[in-house]
This record gives sequence, structure tokens and C-alpha cells, in this order.
Amino acid sequence: MGKVLAERNQVRLLSAVKTGEKARLVHVDAGRRLNSRLAALGFVPEAEITVVSNGHPGSFVVVVKDVKMALGRGVAHKIRVK
Amino acid sequence: MKRIVVALAGNPNSGKSSLFNLLTGAHQHVANYPGVTVETQQGYCRYQDHEMVVVDLPGTYSLSAYSTEELIARHFILEEKPDVVVDVVDASNIERNLYLGTQLIEMGRPLVFAFNMADLAKRRGLVFDLGQLSRLLEARIVPTVGNKGEGRTPLLEAILQTAQEGSKTRIHTVPYGDEIEEELSRIEKAVFQWETGLGETYGLRWLAVKLLEQDEEIVARVRHREVLDLVDKSVRHLRGIFRDEPEIVMADRRYGFISGACQETIKNSVERRHDASDTIDAAVTNRVLGLPIFLVLMYAVFWLTFVLGEYPMKVLERLFGWLGTAVSGLWPVGSESWLRSLLVDGVIAGVGGVVVFLPNILLLFLAIALLEDTGYMARAAFVMDRLMHKIGLHGKSFIPMLIGFGCSVPAIMATRILENRRNRLTTILVIPLMSCGARLTIYSLLIPAFFSPHWRGPVMWSIYLIGILLAVVCAKLLRLTIFQGETMPFVMELPPYRVPTPRSVLIHMWQRGWMFLKKAGTVILGISVVLWVLANFPKPAAQELAGLDAAQARQVALAHSTMGRVGHLLEPALRPLGFDWKIGTALLGSLAAKEVFVSQLSIVYAAQSQDDADVLREKLRADYTPLVGFCIMLFCLISAPCVATLALTRQEAGSWRWMAFQFFSLTILAYVITFVVFQAGSLWM
Repeated sequence: MGKVLAERNQVRLLSAVKTGEKARLVHVDAGRRLNSRLAALGFVPEAEITVVSNGHPGSFVVVVKDVKMALGRGVAHKIRVK
Repeated sequence: MKRIVVALAGNPNSGKSSLFNLLTGAHQHVANYPGVTVETQQGYCRYQDHEMVVVDLPGTYSLSAYSTEELIARHFILEEKPDVVVDVVDASNIERNLYLGTQLIEMGRPLVFAFNMADLAKRRGLVFDLGQLSRLLEARIVPTVGNKGEGRTPLLEAILQTAQEGSKTRIHTVPYGDEIEEELSRIEKAVFQWETGLGETYGLRWLAVKLLEQDEEIVARVRHREVLDLVDKSVRHLRGIFRDEPEIVMADRRYGFISGACQETIKNSVERRHDASDTIDAAVTNRVLGLPIFLVLMYAVFWLTFVLGEYPMKVLERLFGWLGTAVSGLWPVGSESWLRSLLVDGVIAGVGGVVVFLPNILLLFLAIALLEDTGYMARAAFVMDRLMHKIGLHGKSFIPMLIGFGCSVPAIMATRILENRRNRLTTILVIPLMSCGARLTIYSLLIPAFFSPHWRGPVMWSIYLIGILLAVVCAKLLRLTIFQGETMPFVMELPPYRVPTPRSVLIHMWQRGWMFLKKAGTVILGISVVLWVLANFPKPAAQELAGLDAAQARQVALAHSTMGRVGHLLEPALRPLGFDWKIGTALLGSLAAKEVFVSQLSIVYAAQSQDDADVLREKLRADYTPLVGFCIMLFCLISAPCVATLALTRQEAGSWRWMAFQFFSLTILAYVITFVVFQAGSLWM
């Protein structure tokens, strides 16, 4: 039981989140510019991110603050979630 | 009658431009607001005896210093100090949209919120307590449906009342939490003490917030070390507490404030479901299907412009031909009048040559507006991004390039959506390689002259493709050398697919088409007159013309004129390309304005009027081989863009340097490539 809870709160990359799953943002590991841009779009700590499409075969698409966004090459790898 | 300046701000995709059009109707233009160096879309409207100047600021998600558009928007608000700022919010996703709102609140100008797309919000099951929300945000809120024309009067009323109340001190500011507030307080005091001027212009709180966010532009404006050191200390202190940049924590607090306000005032009865939008996207952005779908759509776009545009073009051609004859007929037959010549050969031929392509260009812009308004454009940018990234550009760069196939002028304006300066400059520099609508005048003269019907399509396509390929190569080169640097990673909003309203599509089409027409009316007109002068003076002595008919006389006159002489001078340089002085003369004209190439050539070959295109073609065929014909088109494709484009490059890139660079490098490139093609072609044939 404890193990399941720990797994659910485990920090992982957004790119690892499967289609249809939700996660909460922990931190964005990117330069100031991208970081700031993402924050303005709603990627702030504890924000809920829903993965609409994990990229296989489509693009990486998420919903944050009710808005659908496409994330390009590598952006999903820079976002840590839990 | 009092004058009120209203600034429209808002997120991209919030329907801001529909609202702008709703407010200003037909009374709008791209203008320079007195004192501001950047061109913005402005319009007028009258309401209850007040004249309102409405300025459409670029759509932004925030007001940081990271992108051109944000800087433009915030400069306008802070420096021009409009009487009212209207924040256009997409009511169906309020929270994200209000982020910009919180920043506007902090800027201190009187604020009105337009909750746009109210119909969509209703459909999504959102119910607002506008009264309460209005109190929390301390600003009037007006529901609107921009593209259906609803909410105009209430909005104008709200703007008027807000303007009359003027600036008020706010009760609620966005609270950043104790630790940050403490630091902000310290910074405010320091700014008050050391940078009083700055503080008065921008407001202490806003300055403090920006300094704590380490906003590049603001930090650069601060002179006194004392302030900067204090800010540094605060930033480090906060970093230690939060284990994150203060900027990010503040963004978080803003969203917290918004969330709190929304929870109290908005009821959402419908959960977001996986909808049709998502299914379409799965196909359209698919790794395998995405690109083919995109290519099919692009083909459809070009087919539309070329095939559908054919008929209206012929109509316009005939119209200008008629106009030329009619004006010419105002003078008695056989008389020589420089005014008549100026009007008919200079103005009507020059401008007419351009305007004839208006249907073509408008259709392209119509197609683009359709793609944008349905929401597909964002997906297309995403699909293109993978390829664009390889040449060092951002997926979004493809949009200005696509517009460039119509006219470079709106295309360069469109580069404002690119946030990265290097990216933007690269795109601006290669846009002229997208064969624009004006160059079509040259192709449609030369292609039927030299190529059998069987070959015409392929030759046209090959010219376009060469342009695209060259653009790709040049962009890559530029990014490897002068414009080195990382591209912005791709993050783009995918707005829900919408059925576009005819009204908004037509308005978007017209906004860009108008830029092309304005260019024709002003720059091309001016150039046509100048070229007419150069091609007609100095005039040869009467005895040289004795015994020649009208057409031959004109030919001699041209050879005698400034233009003709320069053409002769250049001939040795042009011979290696297969050109002679006649082509040289026409090219000289086209270096200033592409469209004039044809009219210059027709003068050289003594064709009498526009209708003699076939006669002209016959003469061209007699003088040149298809290889030369192709080389002419190649040279025109690559070489220096028209004056209007150069002027805009200077404006948007910010200096004469870039304009000169664009001019010279493209001309040299054209020379080299045409040289190679001609020489190789001659050897081969």
C-alpha cells in the first residue's frame, strides 16, 4: 500500500506520462526564457497537466489551465512532474 | 468632443482582432501613433460625442521582456499611457487568459475586461458571477462575442465610463505572499530614493515586481548600484527560501490569485472531454500522416490562388488596358505629350501591372485566413517545426514565409510572431526568396513566350521550388554563421477547431491584402514615375527620329535615355548571364520594383500597350533562347527585393545594415547562380 502511494508521488519526466494520465508539475529544468514562458502559460508548481497525446504516433499534446498545447522536441523532457 | 485612446490587449487566439474590427469597423489603418516608432493597427470609432482611437496591441501571453511583441505592447501602455486598456479574454478558458490581466492590473492604467467568446463559454457550461469578479479585479467586465458582433455598445459604454473615472488607486493588488512582499517593499523604497524619475514614469510597484523578476529591459534602465545590489540580495534570499527563481514563484502566486478569484465566481458544470478536436489532431499532427496532409492542403491553397485567380485577373487586365486607352484618348491623335506619356506609360502601366495580381494575392490571403481561423495553422506550424528545426528555424517561421508567396510586405510584418530575434532576422532576410505575387507578372510574360504549353506548369513550379530550396540553404547558412544560437523550443497553443465566420475570414484577408495595395499605390506609383523619367529623358534630337514610325522612335528614345545608357554600360557585365542591354534596362527597373520589369521590357521592344503581350512575346522569342528566358526569371526570383520590401526590412530589423545586406547579398547570389546556370546550360545544349 505504502509502495503504491510512493510510486504515485514519484518524481518523473513529463515525457514518461502516458496518454490520458494527469500529473502535477514539480519543476521546469530549462533556461530562464523557456521557464518563464511556460510559467506564463500555466506551468507553475503544482499545476495539473493532462497528457492528451504522448507523442506516439502524434505530437506531445497537453492540457494546462484548460488550454491545449503542443510541446516540441525535448520540451517534455525538461519538465519534472509527479 | 473629447478624444479617448483605447489600447486592446489580450492573448493570441482570444478573438482580439474580431473585437477590434467590431469596434472600429471600416475606419482602421496601420499607422504610426504619434511618438511611437512601431507600426500598430489603429482605428477610430465615435461614441456619444467622443472620438475613440483604438490601438490593437500584439497578442501576448504575458508582458515580459523576452519577445518583441511583448515589448511593443508594454511600451505602448507604459509610455503612451492610453486612457483605457481593454483586456480581451477568451471566456472559455479564463484562468490562463487572466494571467496577462494580472500584469495589466499592475501597470496601473484604467482597465476594462472584455469576456469574449461568451457564446463558447456558455456552451461549455460556464456560469459567471460578473459582479463579484468585477469587484475582485476592480474593473468593469463586459461579455462579448466578437465575431458575431455582440457586445459592442456595452463595451463602448464601459470604456467611456472607465475613461471618465480616470486612474484610481487599487485596493487589491496581486498578493505575492509575505516573503516576496517584504522584498518588494524594500525595493520600492530603494527605487523611490535612488531612481525617482523611473519610479514616477512606471510606478513603484510595477518596477519593483519587474526588478525582482530580473526583467532584462528594466534592469538595464537602472543606473544606481545601490538598487541593483539590493535587488540581487533579495533575489538570492528568495531563491534560498523557495528553491526556485522568484520569477517563477511570482507566476505561481499570480495563478493562485486568479484561481481564488475564479473559484468564487465561476461555476463549471461540464468537464473537459476528449472531443472531436482531439481526434482530428491525432491525424493532423501524426508523425506519419501529418506532413502529407499538410502538403495536400498547401497544394490546395496554391491551386486556389492560381486557377481561381485566373478569371478576375483577365478582367483587371482588360480594365487597365481600357483605362490606358481612355486616358490616352483625352489627347488628340498623333500629338506628343509628356503628360499623357507619364500617365499612360508611367502610372497606369506601372501601377496597373501590379494591381492586376490583386485577385491572386487576395485568394492566397483568403486561404491563409481560413487556415488560421479554423485553427489549423497552429497544427501546421507544429508539423513544419521538425523540418524547420533542421535549418535552424522555428516551426512558426513557415507562416510568414507562406504569406511571402503573396507579398513580402505583410509577410515581414507577420514575423513579429517569432520571439527569437535571430530567428526573426533570418526569416526576414530569406522571405524575398518566396516568389511573390509581383514576380508572377514576369513569369506570365516569359513562360508562354519560351515554353510550349506542355512545359509551362513544370517550369513555373521549378521556379517556385528553386526559391524555396534557396531559402532553406540560405537560412541554414545564416544560422550557422551570423545568426548562431539556440532556437526557442516549440511550445504552441492549439486552439479548438472552429467554424470560421465569413466576416472574420474576409477581414483577415483584407488586412493583408490592403498592405499590398498600399504598397502599389505609394511605392510602386512613386517608382513608376521615377523610372518613367529615367526612361524618357534625355530625349534624342528630332533628326534622329526622322523617318521612324512611333514604335521605332520610342525604341531609339529609350536607348538615348538615362536608363538606356546605363543598360548599355552594364551590358558587358550581363553578357555572361546571357543578357543584353535591353534586358539590362528592364532589370534595372525591376531592381526597384519587380512589377515594372514587364512594362520596361515592352517599352524597349516598342510594344504599344498592355494588349500587345503576344507581340512582345514573339519579339522576345526571336531574340532569346528559352535558356535565357529561364535565366531572366531566375535572376528576378533571387535578386534584390522591391523597394517596399527593403523599406520594411529596415523598419522591422531595425537598421540600414540589414537592409543593405539583404539587397547586396541577394543580388550577388542572383548573379552567381544565373551565371552558373547559363554557362552550364549553354555548354549542355
